Amino acid sequence: MYSQKVMDHFMNPRNVGEIPDADGIGEVGNAKCGDIMKMYLKIENNIIVDAKFKTFGCGAAVATSSMATEMVKGKTIEEALAITNKAVAEALDGLPPIKMHCSNLAEEAIKAAIEDYMRKNGKSGNGNGSCGVCCRKCEDVHSQYEE
Amino acid sequence: MSERVVYLDHAATTYVKPEVLEEMLPYFSEKFGNPSSIYSLGRETKKAVEEARDRVAAALGAESREIFFTGSGTEADNWAIKGAAYANRKKGNHIITTAIEHHAVLHTCQYLESEGFEVTYLPVDENGLVSPQQVADAIRPDTVLVSIMFANNEIGTIQPIAEIGKITREKGVIFHTDAVQAVGNVHINVKNMNIDMLSLSAHKFYGPKGVGALYIRKGIKVTNFLHGGAQERGRRASTENIAGIVGLGKAIELATANIDAYNKKLIELRDRTIDEVMKRIPYVRLNGDRYKRLPGNVNFSFEFIEGESLLLMLDMKGIAASSGSACTSGSLDPSHVLLAIGLPHEIAHGSLRITFGEENTQEDVDYLLEVLPDIVGRLREMSPLYEKVKRGEKNV
Ligand SMILES: Cc1ncc(COP(=O)(O)O)c(C=O)c1O
Repeated sequence: MYSQKVMDHFMNPRNVGEIPDADGIGEVGNAKCGDIMKMYLKIENNIIVDAKFKTFGCGAAVATSSMATEMVKGKTIEEALAITNKAVAEALDGLPPIKMHCSNLAEEAIKAAIEDYMRKNGKSGNGNGSCGVCCRKCEDVHSQYEE
Repeated sequence: MSERVVYLDHAATTYVKPEVLEEMLPYFSEKFGNPSSIYSLGRETKKAVEEARDRVAAALGAESREIFFTGSGTEADNWAIKGAAYANRKKGNHIITTAIEHHAVLHTCQYLESEGFEVTYLPVDENGLVSPQQVADAIRPDTVLVSIMFANNEIGTIQPIAEIGKITREKGVIFHTDAVQAVGNVHINVKNMNIDMLSLSAHKFYGPKGVGALYIRKGIKVTNFLHGGAQERGRRASTENIAGIVGLGKAIELATANIDAYNKKLIELRDRTIDEVMKRIPYVRLNGDRYKRLPGNVNFSFEFIEGESLLLMLDMKGIAASSGSACTSGSLDPSHVLLAIGLPHEIAHGSLRITFGEENTQEDVDYLLEVLPDIVGRLREMSPLYEKVKRGEKNV
């Protein structure tokens, strides 16, 4: 069900870990729904020089976290903010439709980390630094036991 | 991919045993007659169906004329529940079931609610058990049916079916049990246990997929589910799936003949897995009752990690297992069974179901024990929840 690229980023995730002196940290998602993404950014002169993540979630959540950190590295803040969930999914050669919400999470995590950075640096008044669960909710019951 | 393949998902389905396949094969080719036909080609397949029926009856302690073949376990559940509800509507419209049934039962009950029936979903305790007393207390004058699964497909909990049967029989309420996971794993006698209807499915006990059976005790009123020809003594229309029925008959005969040796072997694999995993991996819990559980069933929750990730990593090592995490569908809630036994969502997401079967060995357990701690460790190192625990911010 996953592309080879997703499996590669899942099995060999890039940039796992924390940045102790991160300039921006964003945490989105909700353990209740089964995924949390935490992104750490190091920003110098408006450029993202390093990115790391920790993720609790399914294969797609890990792979999109990994890809999102790869994509933001070397980008300006404005460029990073322009990264869409679709772009993350496309960079992974696509995600199964039911997993597209994981790519939302990656986009949100980038935005949340940048917002955190802006807030700490007095550059932005809007938002509270984390989108949290505003963009999605746990709906409908279904599990993945093969029955 | 790993060169080694270890199948640990027998609750999902089993392979067809060679002896079973062998009996089935002629019914795809030379013995192709329609059992309803009068000539010898038809009589031959008719006889095969009746022999299979005898084998199922013998396995359950039932009479042959109380066994009806169906297209699956799901169909047997649907037929039993809708059939009993509709046939007894004059008596009342109340149905009792549990919160941890398979969706074949739960969604059928939900459908009946939309048709004006009232359904009580009994809660279960932290091990997934219902008590006979709960059933007794829930029965009302307008109760027409009690449907309680014999053994749970996710956490393996085995219900006190004989005690429940005693109560329903005394109160004159029809008792159906979904025994899809129990057949071949638990000794069943429908007469001694006072079971009025029982569903089973061949692909859970080394028979083929797409064939099941419903036991309906003589005298129990159930409306027909499939209308058409006069097959199954006018109770279930459809030209019979002869090869499937033959396979079911052979498989159930083998399963019941070997049940004690099979149980013993699976219990050894199960118990060692439970003991060793709990010893080697921290922050793990066993879901389901430690002892009143299916011989081959293990269900763990590993805190701070998510089940699908765990399955994918196990799959890379050649291990096939299941999880109750919310995945593969568009929804985000974990298994209703794990929630019903009181697990918080985040812990239910980290569940792993391992179900052993015939071909598994202690070497398979060795291999699992070799790879599982590393995988859990790797995922935890990636998890922001575990990070908090390590820093002491989160209480466990
Ligand atoms: C408890 C239980 N009931 C019903 C079913 C449905 O059976 P079938 O797959 O034959 O439709 C299953 C498994 O699939 C099951 O585990």
